[in-house]
Amino acid sequence: MNDETKYALKKIGFYTAVFTAAVWILIPIVISFLYAFTSKADYYDPTKIIPTSFTSEYVNTILFTLGAWDGIKNSVIVAVLTIIISFVLGVPAGYSIAKYMFPGKDHIKLSIVALRMFPIPVMAIPLLVLYIDLRLADTLLGVALAHTAMALPFVVLITSSIFAGVSKEYEEAAMVFGLTRFGSFRKITLPLALPGLAAAAMFTFVMSWNEVFVASILTLNNRTLPAQILSIMAGSSGGAAPDYYKFAAAFIMTLPAMLFILFARRYLITMWGITLK
Amino acid sequence: MERRSLVPYLLILPAFAYLLFFVGYPLIQALYLAFTQNGALSLDVWRRTFSDYYFWSAFKYTIALAGIIVPTQVALAVVLALLMNRVFKGKDAALYALIIPLTISDVAAGLIWYSMLSPYGFVNKLLMNLGVISQPIYVFGYEYRTREFFAIVIAELWRSTAIVFVIILAGLQMISREYIEAAEVFGASYWTRLRRIVLPLLKPSIQSALIIRTLFAMQIFGVVWILAGRDIPVLAGEGYYQLTEIKDAGVASVYALIIAGLSILLGTLYIKFLRAEYLEVGE
Repeated sequence: MNDETKYALKKIGFYTAVFTAAVWILIPIVISFLYAFTSKADYYDPTKIIPTSFTSEYVNTILFTLGAWDGIKNSVIVAVLTIIISFVLGVPAGYSIAKYMFPGKDHIKLSIVALRMFPIPVMAIPLLVLYIDLRLADTLLGVALAHTAMALPFVVLITSSIFAGVSKEYEEAAMVFGLTRFGSFRKITLPLALPGLAAAAMFTFVMSWNEVFVASILTLNNRTLPAQILSIMAGSSGGAAPDYYKFAAAFIMTLPAMLFILFARRYLITMWGITLK
Repeated sequence: MERRSLVPYLLILPAFAYLLFFVGYPLIQALYLAFTQNGALSLDVWRRTFSDYYFWSAFKYTIALAGIIVPTQVALAVVLALLMNRVFKGKDAALYALIIPLTISDVAAGLIWYSMLSPYGFVNKLLMNLGVISQPIYVFGYEYRTREFFAIVIAELWRSTAIVFVIILAGLQMISREYIEAAEVFGASYWTRLRRIVLPLLKPSIQSALIIRTLFAMQIFGVVWILAGRDIPVLAGEGYYQLTEIKDAGVASVYALIIAGLSILLGTLYIKFLRAEYLEVGE
């Protein structure tokens, strides 16, 4: 085998591997989207791998009869509340870590990460007891407060690295020209950090949107989408709903996330320190 | 350098206090619920938990799922990251495809894989039309526990390898080209470079990915509940079941504390392991 064929074979092998990986991720999504709209007859026809007749009946049933639409509304409210609370608390902390030197800084940063490691179930189960006393049980605010505890360490760390990326000179220059520290933050640092903060907000949204354990335990009538879907689909014994409803549910849960990645894909990657190209 | 002041502390305080409360209060409450009975100190709740038919199998299944899923996905992610850490046509598209699961929840992943593996699902229809099988393979149901177990493994590998991949790819990109070029100059083959330079330098990323994924694996819940219900009991699922169906907050708290205990134990082990590695390198 000469070098040229060796190189060609290597290239083919490489592209096959990348292609396989991409297909492995994409096929299940495409199939579940297709099957969500497949008519019952086509679904139970063993010769039809790719369906040809479609209906939006099941998606509609899940959305409007079984309450997924309310779940979506609740999920959005919880996620927005989570973003607001975690940013009000987290942005000052992130700014402080990024722009000040002070004793104990590294320890504080480390303990914030460590607190994130705390498992969610441990938090949710006793919280329910507290929430009943505080009349927060089964409220969207209650879920948002718990989701904030989950998202806050992330917001602190991400915002601190975003603020650290905004050069100190700009702020100092602004202060030389007579702005206060807060004024220079508002006029200079904040606008420059805004895209990064938006990305962090979007990621917080996805985290809250996807979370199911806390939401299932803390709510009964006001369920977020994943909690609602979980109780419709699996009940306590599992396997309650017919197959085509499960496909429709998968579609409803995945589509918003897919739309999200369409808008935020670049940020989603760079947030983890990966440079494109 | 800033003048010494209280300002940075005051900026951090609200966030820190909030976190401390949401970790501290539940922890105290969980301990109280787990160690008392009618207001008096008692181990009765623990006895109730340990004698539960589902307890030990939940414990075993949780460990088994983590033991299979985490190492497999780390290996998979390293291979994928090595593939993606070069320049080629269509790289952006491939990268976007690979990170899509970052936004998909475990419940959604469970439902998506249900549509792949159900009796009339895609995989069965495909295999039947290719003539590989004549009857659909049943994956879901109490009598097919082993298959359900592997359906969970597949769904979790599909969904949560993306985060490991992203962490490891970021680590790969931080390795300076100079090391690799130097090795190339000295005639090191791809495998030698990989074994002697890339993988050792990648160790911190691999280890943080391992810690993060193992901690989350201890809390595995949604995907299991969708695909197998209580056929495959797991610790978080039993905690959920005890609280919502049995209304036993005490036993649910014990499950939560066991998850916390396992997480702390594994986290400490990883950190010890990581230190030992560094000492060896320093010899």
